[in-house]
Amino acid sequence: MANSGTLIIAELNDGKLAGVSREAVAVGVGLSNELGSEISAAVIGTDTQAAASELVAAGAGKVYTIENADLASYQPDAYVQVILALVKKVQPKLILTGQTDVGRDLAPKVAFKLGASLTLDAVDISVEDGKLRATKPVYGGSAQATFESAADLHMAAIRIKAFEPLAADPGRSGSIESFDVSLDPAATKVKVTDVKKQESEGVRLEDAAVVVSGGRGLGGPEPFEQLEDLAKILGGAVGASRAVCDAGWVPASLQIGLTGKTVTPDLYITIGISGASQHMAGCTGAKNIVSINKDKDCNMFKESRFGVTGAWEEVFPAFLEMCRELRGS
Amino acid sequence: MNIICFAKQVPDPEVPQSSFKVDETANKVLPVQGVAPVINGFDENAIEAALRLKGEHDDTTITVISLGSDHVLDVMKKPLSMGADDLILLQDPAFEDGDAYSIAYALSLAVQKVGEFDLIICGRQASDTDRGQVGTAVAELLGLPCITIGKSVTVEDGKVIVERALQDGTETAEAPLPALVTVSNELGEPRYPTLRGIMQAGRKSPTVWSAGDIEADPAKLGASGRVVDMVRLFIPVVDKECEFIEGENGADAGRKLALKLREVKLI
Repeated sequence: MANSGTLIIAELNDGKLAGVSREAVAVGVGLSNELGSEISAAVIGTDTQAAASELVAAGAGKVYTIENADLASYQPDAYVQVILALVKKVQPKLILTGQTDVGRDLAPKVAFKLGASLTLDAVDISVEDGKLRATKPVYGGSAQATFESAADLHMAAIRIKAFEPLAADPGRSGSIESFDVSLDPAATKVKVTDVKKQESEGVRLEDAAVVVSGGRGLGGPEPFEQLEDLAKILGGAVGASRAVCDAGWVPASLQIGLTGKTVTPDLYITIGISGASQHMAGCTGAKNIVSINKDKDCNMFKESRFGVTGAWEEVFPAFLEMCRELRGS
Repeated sequence: MNIICFAKQVPDPEVPQSSFKVDETANKVLPVQGVAPVINGFDENAIEAALRLKGEHDDTTITVISLGSDHVLDVMKKPLSMGADDLILLQDPAFEDGDAYSIAYALSLAVQKVGEFDLIICGRQASDTDRGQVGTAVAELLGLPCITIGKSVTVEDGKVIVERALQDGTETAEAPLPALVTVSNELGEPRYPTLRGIMQAGRKSPTVWSAGDIEADPAKLGASGRVVDMVRLFIPVVDKECEFIEGENGADAGRKLALKLREVKLI
């Protein structure tokens, strides 16, 4: 039986279905003509029913739930065993994950066991002449490359918010069944022993409609208090470039960029960020970029809708105060 | 302990955006004149992780393996200058234009030729391809447990313990040795070469191996052994025009910027 259709390895974040899993379902549906219309999804963990229903509403024809308390949080080798067993049953042509903490670790592990082609951080996927094509950022996001493969099986980890999900349709029909896997303890060599999640107050960076982002130009950690101030006034979140995270000025969880977070706000305000491609790769989906930088030729201005050239110490405090006045806070 | 690190020579990622150009017919990046290549930043983090382990464990040797076609010796000696013990360069046109499968195949043969090892440490991805797969592929070929995106790597009681950098926090994972770990910049700044290190490195010559030296099957190497082909390399067109807001001074411009954003209903 030839491989057909798409299998999505869905993810749960705090028990809720991750948005990128819905986006992955849409990718599979969009490639139905070329790859097959069997769109199935797997959910691993506990209390998987709600997520399974959401996956059906998002376009999955069949959802497999793997209820296992030991797998409520990611265990690499165990998840690999589950997926390999499911792939044997479902025989998809394409397997999708999100480019997430789990996806970027799990996808290569699964792909190399299966001999599948693999593209991580995919921003475009298509089929040409029976071959799968996936496009991803390269050279730190300065360029993009399209990879083509004639392999029997393909995998991709899709970038968050690079693809649109289908409109949720609770009336869509699809089946949900549980899938049992007996795990071989001898094959589970890597053990995750502890997870410490950083709780962020207020809006999540990835979901924020407004992001205020600081870079090396700020000179140190103290100015970030003013950025916090502005973010509060505008109902947004604070982000940062990799340089300031590496320097320890702010926690690593604020890092926006190719290996950091991807944000897609309506308004992305940058202060003291030069706009190197590695950073832009994380904010390219922002609808409006507004920047303050002392270098009028910096790359950030080439990506901005509005900009002010000047020393942030002179420009930003006045900008902050006017925003405060305008917002009546 | 015997630690093996992979180190890839890459174009300097710090060149200004305006210097980065692509030949879109040849699908190749145009090298920037006069800018020396560097060791992939994440691989320098890997060497730093290995050096920290060397500092904690007696009788530890660090062997660095680099696959490439145009190694610049001054660049490649940096790991030795930092404190690594041996450098092996895999050089052969047959290695070129590979994907994760064919690159990992060559690296895993080189590892097997090196002999016994406890730990392989490499960067999470290379700053040119940003592929992020080779470490895991090598682990699969060698049958090793694999932990990725490490920000701290310690070894005790025959296990490697890795703190992994998550988008929002930290995960701790462990695996029995031998194992492969990939690391990320959160591990911390790689140490600078010392003068003593540079002088010691100056006295060493790297070992150079060809495809024949590692007894590789040519069909599995480089372009021949790849599963994916790169069919297009391009710079996405950015069609944006920035409206610069001016003022009598910085503060005035700042105020006017806020007013402009209110005018276009962005705030």
